[in-house]
Amino acid sequence: MFKALFGNLTPTAAHRGWPRVVADADIWQRIGEALREDKLDLLGLWGDGAAVHCALYEPSTRQIVSATIDVHDGKVPSLAVFHAPASRLERTIRDLFGIEFVALPDPRPWLDHGRWPDSVPLADQPRPHAPLPPYRFLDAEGPSLHQIPVGPVHAGIIEPGHFRFTASGETVVRLEERLGYTHKGIEKLLCGKSIDEAGRIAARVSGDSTVAYSFVFALAVEAALEFHPPPRAVWMRAVMAELERIANHLGDIGAICNDAAFSMMHAECGILREEVLRACTVAFGHRLMMDRIVPGGVAVDLEPAGQHAILSVTQKLRRQFPELIELYENTASLQDRTVGTGVVTAALAARFAASGYVGRASSRSFDARICLPYPPYDAAPIEIVVRPEGDVDARVWVRIREIQLSAGWLEAALASLPLGPVHLPVITAPAAPVEGSALVEGFRGDILAYVRIGPGRRIERCHLRDPSWFLWPLLEAAIEGNIVADFPLCNKSFNCSYSGHDL
Amino acid sequence: MRRRLFKNLVTAPCTEPVSKPTAALEAAGAQLRGAIARSLGRSLAIREVDAGSCNGCELEIHALSNALYDVERFGIRFVASPRHADLLLVTGPVTLNMREALERTYAATPAPKWVVAVGDCGAGCGMFTDSYACVGAVSKVIPVDLVIRGCPPTPTDLLQGLLVLLSGGAAAAGVNAKHS
Repeated sequence: MFKALFGNLTPTAAHRGWPRVVADADIWQRIGEALREDKLDLLGLWGDGAAVHCALYEPSTRQIVSATIDVHDGKVPSLAVFHAPASRLERTIRDLFGIEFVALPDPRPWLDHGRWPDSVPLADQPRPHAPLPPYRFLDAEGPSLHQIPVGPVHAGIIEPGHFRFTASGETVVRLEERLGYTHKGIEKLLCGKSIDEAGRIAARVSGDSTVAYSFVFALAVEAALEFHPPPRAVWMRAVMAELERIANHLGDIGAICNDAAFSMMHAECGILREEVLRACTVAFGHRLMMDRIVPGGVAVDLEPAGQHAILSVTQKLRRQFPELIELYENTASLQDRTVGTGVVTAALAARFAASGYVGRASSRSFDARICLPYPPYDAAPIEIVVRPEGDVDARVWVRIREIQLSAGWLEAALASLPLGPVHLPVITAPAAPVEGSALVEGFRGDILAYVRIGPGRRIERCHLRDPSWFLWPLLEAAIEGNIVADFPLCNKSFNCSYSGHDL
Repeated sequence: MRRRLFKNLVTAPCTEPVSKPTAALEAAGAQLRGAIARSLGRSLAIREVDAGSCNGCELEIHALSNALYDVERFGIRFVASPRHADLLLVTGPVTLNMREALERTYAATPAPKWVVAVGDCGAGCGMFTDSYACVGAVSKVIPVDLVIRGCPPTPTDLLQGLLVLLSGGAAAAGVNAKHS
């Protein structure tokens, strides 16, 4: 497909990580058609001054290519007319850059709630904000329907978002999300920053994925500057990433069970998660390992005490986790809640290029560590976990298996960690702007990073694409036909990021 | 499950004592300590509000309810509605998109009420403070009684801060003695 689409084009020399080509309106249209026909996956779509980039993945060849189209007369063709997953991304580009998409199916703003002092904050010329009309939610027709508005302050200790339910009795007829409440203006903040400052911002896009974000940011920067971190750092990065994956999966499994009122699993998983975070503190000096992966390598070395702490926790998991798994699968009342609830079809998961446990629990066999391996996973592959059922139960089982696989991977990795430095200074000062792209498998799915570094090694543009962009819409599909009371269960089984999405 | 329940009954609890708070935290909470105890005795209902955080603070606030920190043993519990709350625990640099929701949540909380701002963002010194999209410190939007800094603050930091507010040093030490 890529050959057919881009065969005549020469990739931009300044872009590293994978090829980036410049397309015209005609090629952009054919990209749209390829997406509509499910021949390609859309992995990202973002604005950049007077251009729009997209990242495309071809499952049959396991290749990734970025394509760019220049803005003419303030407009570019829309991919959303062909491919629904592009819709919110295009609405966001419009909100931030003011770029118009021809025949954009959904013309409503997305992240812009009309509260910023200027509209189009990333455009060359931001405009003072005119008041926006009230956000119009989509209609639903039928007898005896009622609306339930939830959020932005909602549930318990959770990020803010708005969920507009249309229900018929207990059954959800439609769920429409409205997000953007945690928009912090991150993309604008990143512009002009040094690599180190930008790295600290990237680490705080989504706190539960701080390691994965730091990882993908470092890889994109290092690709742009053609820098190779030392081997020990390469392995340590993955050690931290797997610990983050285990900690989050443990928390999620407990919380999902808690949302089905089975608090015993929540209590037990909470203890195990706490043990993991304490091991991370001993090993890396921070419970969430924030700011521990940096461009150039990692910020701290792993001492024997730290290694021992990590192995103690993997051994504890080996001893204690099987009993919890048994508890989960043998409690009939819990299984009754999770099995068959919140189903995401394989077709939708494929269309939305859903990653992480959501995609893999709905038959989508994609894991960036395996399909587009980056070091050290190319030398130490990990097994992919896929299930066909697509329900809450399947999303729990993917996590259970991934915890076991990650724990085993950690034990093997720590037994053969290379010696040597953990960081080398990144001193390349390119004469002209250089670009880098990378894709890393965070615990909830793949995170895309694109970075352009200019004079003085300052960030000209950095785009960080959270996996939640392609998972949030699937939650709307998953809850349809389920009861309202199962929403917390479904929502937690997805555990999408609000902050990662809102930027 | 029965086996698990039985095992938990005959095993010692893993709940840990809380170490003494720092002098700075004691001082910060000193003025408030009596006020909360007089109004509410030793129970505190908390509504958490994420005013734009990265979710790191939320992870550590969640940890307060795990068996090791067990915030409920101090009479502190998290509630679903601000109308049931005595205290708002607010994280984040207060995004402009969350400003109104935060103000309305505060207004919906019946008096007497207190506000604790959590994390460097909530304190106004996080890295998002100067963004076009953020107000900054929680105190710029609603009155704040105590700030617990950190990025994110650990569950221990949070627990010490809340205990200083609630019952003060002596009473907390009394509760700790029962569990050690």
